[in-house]
Amino acid sequence: MTPPTEAATLGLHTPTAARERPPASVYGPMAWMRANLFSGWLSTIVTLVLGYFVLQLLFGMVSWGVINAVWSVPIGANNLPDPTACRAVHGEGACWAAIGDKWHLILFGRYPFDEQWRPGICIVLFLGLYIVSAMRRFWRAELALIWLVTLIVIGLLMWGGVFGMPYVSQDTWGGLPITLILSTFGLAAAFPLAVLVALGRRSTKLPAVKLICVLYVELIRGVPLVGLLFMASVMLPLFLPAGSGNFDKLLRAQIAIILFAGAYVAEVVRGGLAALPKGQAEAADALGLSYWQKTMKIILPQALRLVIPPLVNTFIGFFKDTSLVVIIGIFDLLLSGKTAMADRTWQGTAPEIYGFMALIYFCFCYAMSSYSRGLEAKLSRSRNR
Amino acid sequence: MSASVDPRLLNPRVAPKRTMRLSWSDPKFRSILVQVAIIGLLLGFVGYLVHNTMQNLEIQHIATGFGYLNRQAGIPIAESLISYNPAVNTYGRAIFVGLLNTLKVAVLGIVLSTILGTLIGIGRLSRNWLIAKTTAVYVEAIRDIPVLLQLLLWYTLMQTLPQPRQSFHLGDIAYLSNRGLKLPILVWQDAHWWTLAAFVVGVIGTFAWNRRALKIRDETGEKPAIWPAALGLCVAFPVLIWGALGAPLEIELPKLTGFNFVGGGTISPEYFSLELGLVLYTAAYIAEIVRSGIQAVPQGQWEAAGALGLRQGQILREIVLPQAMRVIIPPMTSQYLNITKNSSLAVAIGYQDLVSISQTVLNQTGQAIEGVGIFMAVYLSISLSISLFMNWYNARIALTER
Repeated sequence: MTPPTEAATLGLHTPTAARERPPASVYGPMAWMRANLFSGWLSTIVTLVLGYFVLQLLFGMVSWGVINAVWSVPIGANNLPDPTACRAVHGEGACWAAIGDKWHLILFGRYPFDEQWRPGICIVLFLGLYIVSAMRRFWRAELALIWLVTLIVIGLLMWGGVFGMPYVSQDTWGGLPITLILSTFGLAAAFPLAVLVALGRRSTKLPAVKLICVLYVELIRGVPLVGLLFMASVMLPLFLPAGSGNFDKLLRAQIAIILFAGAYVAEVVRGGLAALPKGQAEAADALGLSYWQKTMKIILPQALRLVIPPLVNTFIGFFKDTSLVVIIGIFDLLLSGKTAMADRTWQGTAPEIYGFMALIYFCFCYAMSSYSRGLEAKLSRSRNR
Repeated sequence: MSASVDPRLLNPRVAPKRTMRLSWSDPKFRSILVQVAIIGLLLGFVGYLVHNTMQNLEIQHIATGFGYLNRQAGIPIAESLISYNPAVNTYGRAIFVGLLNTLKVAVLGIVLSTILGTLIGIGRLSRNWLIAKTTAVYVEAIRDIPVLLQLLLWYTLMQTLPQPRQSFHLGDIAYLSNRGLKLPILVWQDAHWWTLAAFVVGVIGTFAWNRRALKIRDETGEKPAIWPAALGLCVAFPVLIWGALGAPLEIELPKLTGFNFVGGGTISPEYFSLELGLVLYTAAYIAEIVRSGIQAVPQGQWEAAGALGLRQGQILREIVLPQAMRVIIPPMTSQYLNITKNSSLAVAIGYQDLVSISQTVLNQTGQAIEGVGIFMAVYLSISLSISLFMNWYNARIALTER
């Protein structure tokens, strides 16, 4: 073997160096492993220890969730599924048969079984609404109209009572539609409120209004959502005129979520207003536009575009936070899952059902967060150009 | 005639006196009018709600006021940092116990999640592929699942742990079973208070020495070593005091008798799963904050420090982290607030924190407004104190611009 020339050691581009294949020490899987897994003694130790635990975890998950899992069970006497096979593998294998038996309850709660196609369509409508809102070509004033129409249709489908659909009281609503309704209606109703509060908080001419907005935002952001939900459930009924009947539980939770969301979204919108160059407002003033003309035609269209990525992140937060309504006994996805676990037939399948629900939440949140990341990258690219 | 002449024509330097006209087209008058109208509406609405509430309370025969706080509570509380006896103590003390339980979760949670989060955040930037990928998967998975679901899952898993008789154990020292984690505890004696006091004095002394060392470095360029002083003040000094007081040491081990444990300290399954869930969840967010903070420091800083001959660890400690801190602190504050607020999820797994105990008190006494008012006020003051402290810290480390 000839010793490398001086040019080759320096990495210079010589004709000989170009013809030779790179040595195995800088190219190929072995070299990659050396550079990325075993680059020093510390790195080697960490790789080995961490690798051992990661592999253990993976093997454990696969053997529990796939190899030893029970996917379906035979129907036993009295027409109920027979969970003996699940009991036999308890602790060593997952019992996915429980999900197969209980997914109606988990997804739709106690909604009447024959009418469950309605909340099913609602879930699809919600997904459609999210996808349409995610497309930049729909980012215009008409989007608000699309939201309004879709939300009305969803309300009609859930309640029924028209077009031959029997009426379904909201006491029996449950599962994923409740989670979607609380978060989506919450955001839709909180958004106009939040824009007003954000504008009020930046107002220089109306100090009293500014003070009210600051108090609202800071008070809400200073207390936990659990406290707020709890307050809504015990205090809202007291606010109604005496003897005017009781306040619907779902509506109470929805009001608490709207007030909560309003404060957080207001801060996001305020960030967008602050990020807008001052010249925009000054130019609008110079043109002689009134405050509302300036705000509606110049400031908001630009500021709201800026805040879409952080708004999506805030929405992911609300989507997860709606699970807190469990605490005041609203039948959302989490509580209907917990109800499914309480079934004596499927005793001990809580980890499987939690896993199933975690997967649903994960799919929604992961889709939204990767969308938000992509959007942020795209927007900052066009801004930096 | 002269009365109608604009004073600006006579003396252009004198600005016309601004008088407010009682007209909609006068901006000043308009703003006052708008504000009066808005406040009037708001007060009217609040007044209406208060009126309704008063009527409703009267119908339900509930007297308002905080007198109930002095009544005997009768609420059993499983975990308490101070002595509490439901047969003797008052509602006020029960709520205070709840507050201490909340603070216990929050303070330890903040410390642990900061440590774990920083490690994971640095791990995501590691050149080791396995570390970078594992931490990335961890962060992504944890952040996309509601924290309440995670808490409930941890709690369920805690309950599926074996009975005390078959518990996982580390020799005769620690036991993990469905009754929680059993650990040996030190039997506390008066001498330990003095040792603790000596330790606190030692820590303060070390800080003072560190300041002096930094001053010497600024003057001479040579930094005196800190570790001998730290070792002497924080370790040797307390040990000396402890030895002088007779070195009392009595450790109580948990013992399995019958179906349960006797003696030793307990970390209850409720507290354990709550703290574990909150720390794992918040650490994922802190990791992202730390990562973006470090990435926000320009690459040139690393290169310039390397050119000066600093080692990697020194560069991270002396050059990069101080600059990254300015980006890290504000979002970190909101994570600290979040972990404090999320500790109220305790109510879902039966750990008796402030909200949980307030809820029980409220159900027993019917004093809804006072009960809600108390815990709202407490959370607001906790949030406010954390914000103030972090703002002070942020101002302290902020870049001093010339």
